[in-house]
Amino acid sequence: MNLILHVWRQVGPRAPGKFERFEARDISDHASFLEMLDIVNERLEEKGERPIAFEHDCREGICGACGVVIDGSPHGPHRATTTCQLHMRSFRDGAELWIEPWRATAFPVLKDLIVDRSAFDRIMQAGGYVSVNTGNAPDGNDIPIGKDVAAKAMDAAQCIGCGACVAACPNASAMLFVSAKVSHLGLLPQGQPERYDRVQAMVARMDQEGFGSCTNHGACQNACPKEIGVEFIAMLNRDLRKSILSPPPRPKPSSAAGP
Amino acid sequence: MNLDAKIPSGAVQDKWDKHRFEMKLVNPANKRKYRVIVVGTGLAGASASATLGELGYRVETFTFHDSPRRAHSIAAQGGINAAKNYQNDGDSIWRLFYDTVKGGDFRAREANVYRLAQVSVDIIDQCVAQGVPFAREYGGTLANRSFGGAQVSRTFYARGQTGQQLLLGAYQALARQEAAGTVTLHAREEMLDLIVIDGRARGIVSRNLVTGKICSHVADDVVLATGGYGNVFFLSTNAKGCNVTAIWRAHRRGALFANPCFTQIHPTCIPQSGEWQSKLTLMSESLRNDGRIWVPKTEGDTRPPAQIPEAERDYYLERIYPSFGNLSPRDIASRRAKEAVDQGRGVGPLKNGVYLDFADAIGRLGQSVVAERYGNLFEMYERITGENPYETPMRIYPAPHYTMGGLWVDYNLMSTIPGLHVIGEANFSDHGANRLGASALMQGLADGYFVLPYTIGDYLAQAKLDKIDPDHPACRAVEQEASGRMAKLLGAKGRRTVDSFHRELGRILWEKCGMARNATGLREALGQIAALGQEYHADVKVVGEGEDVNQSLERAGRVADFFELAELMCRDAQVRDESCGGHFREEHQTPDGEAKRDDERFCHVAAWEWKGPGAEPLRHVEALEFENVHLTQRSYK
Repeated sequence: MNLILHVWRQVGPRAPGKFERFEARDISDHASFLEMLDIVNERLEEKGERPIAFEHDCREGICGACGVVIDGSPHGPHRATTTCQLHMRSFRDGAELWIEPWRATAFPVLKDLIVDRSAFDRIMQAGGYVSVNTGNAPDGNDIPIGKDVAAKAMDAAQCIGCGACVAACPNASAMLFVSAKVSHLGLLPQGQPERYDRVQAMVARMDQEGFGSCTNHGACQNACPKEIGVEFIAMLNRDLRKSILSPPPRPKPSSAAGP
Repeated sequence: MNLDAKIPSGAVQDKWDKHRFEMKLVNPANKRKYRVIVVGTGLAGASASATLGELGYRVETFTFHDSPRRAHSIAAQGGINAAKNYQNDGDSIWRLFYDTVKGGDFRAREANVYRLAQVSVDIIDQCVAQGVPFAREYGGTLANRSFGGAQVSRTFYARGQTGQQLLLGAYQALARQEAAGTVTLHAREEMLDLIVIDGRARGIVSRNLVTGKICSHVADDVVLATGGYGNVFFLSTNAKGCNVTAIWRAHRRGALFANPCFTQIHPTCIPQSGEWQSKLTLMSESLRNDGRIWVPKTEGDTRPPAQIPEAERDYYLERIYPSFGNLSPRDIASRRAKEAVDQGRGVGPLKNGVYLDFADAIGRLGQSVVAERYGNLFEMYERITGENPYETPMRIYPAPHYTMGGLWVDYNLMSTIPGLHVIGEANFSDHGANRLGASALMQGLADGYFVLPYTIGDYLAQAKLDKIDPDHPACRAVEQEASGRMAKLLGAKGRRTVDSFHRELGRILWEKCGMARNATGLREALGQIAALGQEYHADVKVVGEGEDVNQSLERAGRVADFFELAELMCRDAQVRDESCGGHFREEHQTPDGEAKRDDERFCHVAAWEWKGPGAEPLRHVEALEFENVHLTQRSYK
């Protein structure tokens, strides 16, 4: 199949960017979207031209490294599919595609389609964990967890940290990402001691990083390749309200540092 | 060179306890005076960084990804083994130890494997405490399944995303230490070389993948947790970024490279569908619990699977291995698939696969049970191939997946360079010639959480280290060399892209040093690789500059190291004139086509010493002794 691509090109975070037009000829419909970009890039390199920079790694939909906006949709047209798992058979021959990076103030463009998502890591550092040092653990079966609770926590824990939710949100909010981690740990007994501190700290950090506020559009859950639902945002809001209005009595957490 | 594995004396079950007592400790107040560099943030690297941080060391952690959470451990689907015996089905530390030694075809160290089985139980506890959402039974206890050829159910799992959940657990522990200030993360920094001063590893030279800046980082100990080298084959189940550079550069600086020819070819991957293919996708081996593998009995049978009657199907694994059947170990299942395809009985448009059929399971259990067990895998398969596995059998074929070889380490996980520790897939230590399913996650976390944090203290407490800073002439010299290599690649200005060379290298290796090897093929491969390697340096074309995001340049450096590694793999396969585990030398097989070991001549680890570019590397030997598990021919019949 043959396609026309309009790809966002930008040499650095402060440089202006623009769309550049490419023709992708003789692409197999069994190729993945990223393999199509590989082919375009290899042809560019053969001509001595700068290839399109894009992020990717596992190419099996789990590492969360890849992700571009295709015709306005993060990760392209299909539900529950990362860009690397999208195959060219999803497009018609002769299609004209507009390919852009995630757009959010908190995700500055580093080059072409690559953005800096380190804000997610900093949100995790603010409290996205259970404070347990190696060696502290009781026997695994000492903490019984109902099958349904474990399954629900797993639904939230599936987040791959790709950032599509932010790209899809008209406010560039990171609520779905934050709520997935808050809910994963908040649903489990292991996460209870720090539950209300966690939600406050992670939300505060999200705001500080320049992500927008959630106004319940729900575009995030449609874009999420792991189909994480906005029910977890509701769960986060409940915990956040409770942590502010009627904080459960708790000792101040000690420093996470070792000796 | 005397390869002393430093295995503690005493009975195998007492060695680790005894050693833990005998090791020197670093005073808690002194730990923060030691700086440790950890390269890589997969299961091994992230768990080690977090644990060392908790202990109070100053940790500098490096990843070439944008975030530690992207490391390829994340893609492991199936599960993690532990000798908990929660299912009361006869498992024990001894049994896990025995299965792993036997599964590795008697080419691993007993003492290491026993320790691995011992700490396996602590790993599960630790991960549960972190909030890893393992599958549960209705009563709330942990669920297990049988996996990859084991006759007990000792595998813990989190849907088909066990690696992801374990990695997120370690990543969260790491994030906590970053917040506490004990760990400093250097993201988008790729290690290009190792700094060795006065015979000890003292730091690394890295390149920032955004700015291209090359600089030195110094420390009191360097830990490499940089994964395996399966991407030498170009097409593998590894992530695209996986590479050998960190351990290869350490090898060139004096670390011996052990058993490079021991590579694992995973039996259940989606077959290649075209020339442009960039990677192969693994379908979890757990599918073999319920799927039945078959090909048509007659070659050249092009009927669609539904039209081939039962009597004309060959369920070859069930036929040849009645007791293990479709759950035969990976190396055996892979080789038999190759045999069927080589006989012209392959299926699919390119006749390059075998069927993995769920029709019986769906009939027996119902579609909803099958969907509950494998739903996400079936979806993934359909997304990639466009075929619905509930209706038509999956097509699978083996693909390079894991590398048992790696840098040689002693019982303390230290390489032959003092102060250089190597953990996880990057070392060679625990899987022998073949790794069992669900054992890689176990080993990565064992090394990172429970072994290295002890043994590194033993080294640091005794090493008398001078203070150095990044201005040390030795650092500057290594930086110069690394910059020179980058400049040379950029300056070649040849005609062929990096990927075109890599693909060609991969093809040579896959054909001649893949699932089956022979002396003639290996000799040819050595000639071809050397010639192609020369052409590479003369004719590679890397567009762009060094001081910028330049993904072609990143790949170019990695592929240059793959060329040198490929030669060593072939050489190792050539000298190891026996079959064992994943290393199948066609000259050495039993009358019914099984791998035939030669324990007289090869019951040892081969560890190679770099002797300079173009020079013959030197082969050293560490003899393996089996006091607890008796050397037998593996039989899964």
